[in-house]
Amino acid sequence: MTESAIQFRDVVKTFSRADGGNQYVLDGVSFDIPVGKTTVIAGGSGQGKSVTLKLILGLMAPDAGHIMVGGSDVPRLRGRALEKLRTRFGVLFQGAALFDSMTVYDNVALPLRERTAKSEEEIKVQVLQTLEQLELSGAEERYPAQLSGGMRKRVGLARALQLEPEIMLFDEPTTGLDPVMTQDIYRLFARTQKRVGFTSVIVSHDIPRVLNLADQVIILHNGAMDIFESPEEIQWSDKKHIQDFVKTTMGQIYQSRLVEI
Amino acid sequence: MQLNFIGKLGRQGIYILEDLGRMGVYLFKAIAAVFKTPFRLRECIKQVHFIGAGSLAVIFFTALSTGMVLGLQGYYSLSKFGAEGMLGSAVSLTLIMELGPVLTALMVAGRAGSAMCAELGIMAISEQIDALDCMAIDPFRYLITPKFIGALISVPLLTALFDVIGIAGGYIAGVKLMGVNPGSFVEGMRSSVTNHDIYLGFVKSVVFSLLVVWICTGRGFFVREIRGAGFGAESVSRVTTQAVVLSSIAVLVFDYLLTAVLL
Repeated sequence: MTESAIQFRDVVKTFSRADGGNQYVLDGVSFDIPVGKTTVIAGGSGQGKSVTLKLILGLMAPDAGHIMVGGSDVPRLRGRALEKLRTRFGVLFQGAALFDSMTVYDNVALPLRERTAKSEEEIKVQVLQTLEQLELSGAEERYPAQLSGGMRKRVGLARALQLEPEIMLFDEPTTGLDPVMTQDIYRLFARTQKRVGFTSVIVSHDIPRVLNLADQVIILHNGAMDIFESPEEIQWSDKKHIQDFVKTTMGQIYQSRLVEI
Repeated sequence: MQLNFIGKLGRQGIYILEDLGRMGVYLFKAIAAVFKTPFRLRECIKQVHFIGAGSLAVIFFTALSTGMVLGLQGYYSLSKFGAEGMLGSAVSLTLIMELGPVLTALMVAGRAGSAMCAELGIMAISEQIDALDCMAIDPFRYLITPKFIGALISVPLLTALFDVIGIAGGYIAGVKLMGVNPGSFVEGMRSSVTNHDIYLGFVKSVVFSLLVVWICTGRGFFVREIRGAGFGAESVSRVTTQAVVLSSIAVLVFDYLLTAVLL
């Protein structure tokens, strides 16, 4: 049994609907995210993928249950303790969430300026080095609005990596990118993870491509979840909603092979 | 049908309470973050420049025209009783106690408040505020508090400027155009304006600046929580309108309350 970076224990999260009822987004969900591995959280839209990320970060509180990160229960943390916990995370947001009134350089330098006592000289060395590793040299003085979607994601990744996170969270990292760019981004993720050694959690509906990165796949469906060790296992599942999910996301080719075998 | 109506009423009530609570906590956090290190002195100065220096032209023209209109209108009313000599006192008291603080706050709400609301709203919908949270950078210390400090420093100063320019406008209209005796204008002003009047104007300008910056930044910050605002760009535009309207109304309501309590 490998060590867990994040543990969900019986987590319940509901949202009130317009008609006054409650919708269970997570209905008593438990799972472990192993250290140093890549976990993909998949599921249709509105099935609680982004909510799961927000719960991990303490941006949202669950109605019940425990979310353990590094020995502390995230929903019970407040103030400084929560800030301290968050420094262990790096987050790449869906839209990259770059500060659009700052240059690429200032964006990437921001966490270093605000959270460390490093001098401007040291910051410059580190930022330029990261930008070079992510193939962004020469873009320092540009503004986010002047970048392509793929570059923006890379700047977001560069910024998230500055404080050397133990856990990287990716929210729909390839939404809005073409297939070639998507492959590039995935390759970059894999390479960076190998170099830095973080635990990675990817929320995505880019099935099946994102499965190439996954050591573990969690599929959310109607408040419940299923855990799989490999893409093959997903396709072999005999559960109806997983089969439907496979059919809609992986397409007819995978489906027909399943039928033939 | 009837139950449905009651349910709706209840939900609306709960929503309003929620909203008030949210805004209350927000105000508390923004003020508490003033004492959080490291201070963002540069950003505070930038905000004073934006809210204060940036509003100079608007304040200058509003004050001058208000003062001149007051001069003309005052002359017209007072001359009916043969009391033109009281013009200086009437113009200066009206400006210092009422129009100066109120109009300055309304101008700042329209010019800087709307800009602050839109800026924060866009940051909220594009997850830039979440990103700050995730980098463990307190968005209050980083974004909100400098705006509060900027407004609290610049609005009272702008109000003082408004008073001076307005009185000058009244002087131009009353003395230079209508021919009121300059000595009685100045003497009337000096004998009737007390420290308490100036104090009242100052208290008002501080309270109004807090109201405007609180409502405008708060609406933008919570753009995703506001019911009926919609999503995306539309939500920002609606919330910005709402912020300016709400803060203007709040200024007018508090103007009455403060006058009633402090006069």
